[in-house]
Amino acid sequence: MRNISKSFPGVRALDHVSLELHSGEIHALVGENGAGKSTLMNVLGGVFPHGSYDGEVLIDSELCQFSGVRTAEESGIAVVHQELSLIPEFSIAENIFLGREPRRFGVIQSEELFSRAKVVLSELHLNLEPHLPVGYLGIGQQHLVEIAKALAREARILVLDEPTAALTESEADVLFRILDTLRHRGTGIIYISHKLGEVFRLADRITVLRDGRAVSTDGTSSLDPESVIARMVGREVSDLFPDVDRRPADVIFEARDVSVEDPNVPDKLLVDHVNFTVRRGEVLGIAGLVGAGRSDLMMALFGAHAGPRTGEFFMGSERVTIGSPSEAIACGIGFVTEDRKRFGLFLDQTIVSNLTVAALARLSGAVVTDVDAEASVAGRSMRELHIKAQSAFTIAGTLSGGNQQKVVLAKWLLTSPKLLLLDEPTRGIDVGAKQEIYREIARLAGEGLSIVLVSSEMSEVLSLSDRVMVLHEGRVTGEFLRSEATAEAVMACATGSVRSAAAVAPGGLL
Amino acid sequence: MTNGKIETGEENSLPVVAGTTRPGRWGASVSSLRAYAMLFALMIIWAYFQWMTASELYPYGLFLHPVNLANLLKQMSVTGVLAVGMLFVIVARQIDLSVGSVVGLAGGVAAMTQGWGLLPSFAAAIAIGVATGALHGALVAYANIPAFIVTLGGLLTWRGVILYLTKGETIPVRLPVFRLLGVALMTRWTGLILAGVAVLALVWMTIRRNRARLRHGLPVPGVTATVLRIVMPALLIVLFTVAMNSQGGVPLPVILLLAVATAGAFLTQTTTFGRYLYAIGSNPDAARLSGINSRRHILAAFALLGGLVGIASLLHTGRVGSASPDAGTLMELDAIAACVIGGTSLMGGRGTVAGALLGALVMASLDNGMSLLSVENATQYIIKGAVLVAAVGFDMAGRKRS
Repeated sequence: MRNISKSFPGVRALDHVSLELHSGEIHALVGENGAGKSTLMNVLGGVFPHGSYDGEVLIDSELCQFSGVRTAEESGIAVVHQELSLIPEFSIAENIFLGREPRRFGVIQSEELFSRAKVVLSELHLNLEPHLPVGYLGIGQQHLVEIAKALAREARILVLDEPTAALTESEADVLFRILDTLRHRGTGIIYISHKLGEVFRLADRITVLRDGRAVSTDGTSSLDPESVIARMVGREVSDLFPDVDRRPADVIFEARDVSVEDPNVPDKLLVDHVNFTVRRGEVLGIAGLVGAGRSDLMMALFGAHAGPRTGEFFMGSERVTIGSPSEAIACGIGFVTEDRKRFGLFLDQTIVSNLTVAALARLSGAVVTDVDAEASVAGRSMRELHIKAQSAFTIAGTLSGGNQQKVVLAKWLLTSPKLLLLDEPTRGIDVGAKQEIYREIARLAGEGLSIVLVSSEMSEVLSLSDRVMVLHEGRVTGEFLRSEATAEAVMACATGSVRSAAAVAPGGLL
Repeated sequence: MTNGKIETGEENSLPVVAGTTRPGRWGASVSSLRAYAMLFALMIIWAYFQWMTASELYPYGLFLHPVNLANLLKQMSVTGVLAVGMLFVIVARQIDLSVGSVVGLAGGVAAMTQGWGLLPSFAAAIAIGVATGALHGALVAYANIPAFIVTLGGLLTWRGVILYLTKGETIPVRLPVFRLLGVALMTRWTGLILAGVAVLALVWMTIRRNRARLRHGLPVPGVTATVLRIVMPALLIVLFTVAMNSQGGVPLPVILLLAVATAGAFLTQTTTFGRYLYAIGSNPDAARLSGINSRRHILAAFALLGGLVGIASLLHTGRVGSASPDAGTLMELDAIAACVIGGTSLMGGRGTVAGALLGALVMASLDNGMSLLSVENATQYIIKGAVLVAAVGFDMAGRKRS
């Protein structure tokens, strides 16, 4: 791939990125969330067709101009995305050959289908019955089937995007063996992962992406995890962030021994015995990579996680039960969710309805609503948070991302919370709105509100938090005071290569 | 942001989103362009029938003659009551297919219990409606069975129950007051007094509203605007009453429908319960994360619809004069069609009582007009089906553009 550039409205996602893959090589692609890894692979896989990007894709020095996923596949490129593309009701064999079933005069030859599937599975040392519906398999095994599906295409170039995110350790070992076999057969593999341990174990070469640029490509033997982390995060923190000068007071919230099980995979812990406290007027940042269990922890704190949960919560010194969002709200907790369109907003309702819904009884009336009272409350919120809209009765779905996010934030502020959970509060919004939300976070903490801030943007966590807690695979692997937290140290904990002293002895810092 | 930018949406300065629901002045919603389009379509339908029914006897047409208009509204009252109830359920992203069968069941039970006296037999019908509705709601909300399945089961089950109870026989209505419920005309004076009460209520609510806005520091409409807001609807009310009086009086079922609609509009537009229904239908996940007890509200919506089904069954049985075991067949589809034509989204979160009534009026006008023109039954079905699909098609096309 030569000089690939790709822009989305307002963002330059890829900036003259070149990547070279040899046959029989595992080439790791690493970078922070949003560095452009997925975009690059979508160019290669034909998701973004020829013409929608600049640059060239060449296979065996031949120029390729894919018009879609199908043509990319025909050229021998198979991409295994993080999201599964299996049909749960279909058997393993049918999924593996979906769209390319062996057929004669349009009739599927099922004997051939199943025998060929058996061959593919045995080549991968997967001991699975091809007749079994995929829905019966665990998520990890489903991912392995997804990989088998890619291999059945006899791909010469295999792209794996975070393949181990949903795998258990033993399943991951199976995958690593498979990849080794493929390497020897001459398949070129692009391996995207946040887990540096895996990357160093598997990869022949490592390319680091940052902010849409390829920072470096080097042989694995000449690198160590620290240098890779430094290249991943190496960016200066600008004055986007407000100054922080706070003196957090007494502990207002404590979570003890919180664990959350995966609702789909029993015994898999998404959050693994996490302890932490939040003080009045403190911003606790939670860092970690995608899939580290940050959002699961937030959902659990708010009584909204689908999986079984254990652990205790204390508000002040009082033990509280939080079994549902309404109980969480009653305890004084607010939750700005990660996916605002899915979990936060009523897109086809007015701004007023969105703002007052979580505290309707208090803001409007217990039984009969008072639209005028709501309108005046909404007007105040919109002025305070600079929500730009024609009126308080504008439909929320017509607002820009930044204004939508401010509506969600304002909604929770109207519940007068003591503890506010912010999960990726600035995702997908422009810089101006980001800065406003940063200022708002600082102002609210200054006024004594306690905030838990989850963010994938390292600079955000480091600049806004009084204290940073790092999660890796559901466990706390690090805890830093503001003065001690550096991007390198936090990233090292987040990739699981280091555990900070504080995390080894829980609560050691406070 | 200046004060002037916060307004309650009576002015059309907003980007128009089709089917927008905005809280209005007095219960009923002030809707956007879409509602005007519906009204316009209704006017065209009326004009067409009026023109087509012109004869030597009625040189200006028969369709809008007060006698026929009263007839049309009586026909519409049952569907209208059902549509108001159906709206609660559809707005919460649910559906109820059992409505027709429950009309048959509740009406049959009311007819069978006439011996107990008027009130007990009415109470029995309404109780049956509420109980079946609550059962459906509980199965949907707490047992997580899709509403489509639960109420499809109800459609079959309740029809079976009424066939079993009546052994397939039709029961005549014997109590005179029961009969009158579906057909009686109010005396002229009662009609005028009710119209007066409605106008006074209108005046009072407009003034109260202005005061409330003043108290909250929101812009208050000027004197002319206020007067217009009272005079225009008041004129319509009086005109309607006088027209109905000219043919004997306002029909009782129409009064009942208007009462149900007013209550329904109040419930959906000005109560927390109503707001939560819209929230649940608009985004169930966000509703749950906002602390709304979705299950309880969904159960309540079904139970409320059930109660209205009970009332509708009484109107229907009274009007027909007997309870037959196949009474109410296909009424659920009329009710759903009325909601959908009136701009209610089957995906939930959108729809108004006024729209549902408008939809019911469109359906009733088609029925009545085509009967006047002696259009064949077969053709009537085809036309009604086409109108339903076309109405939603136009709506979707308009939505895409905006």
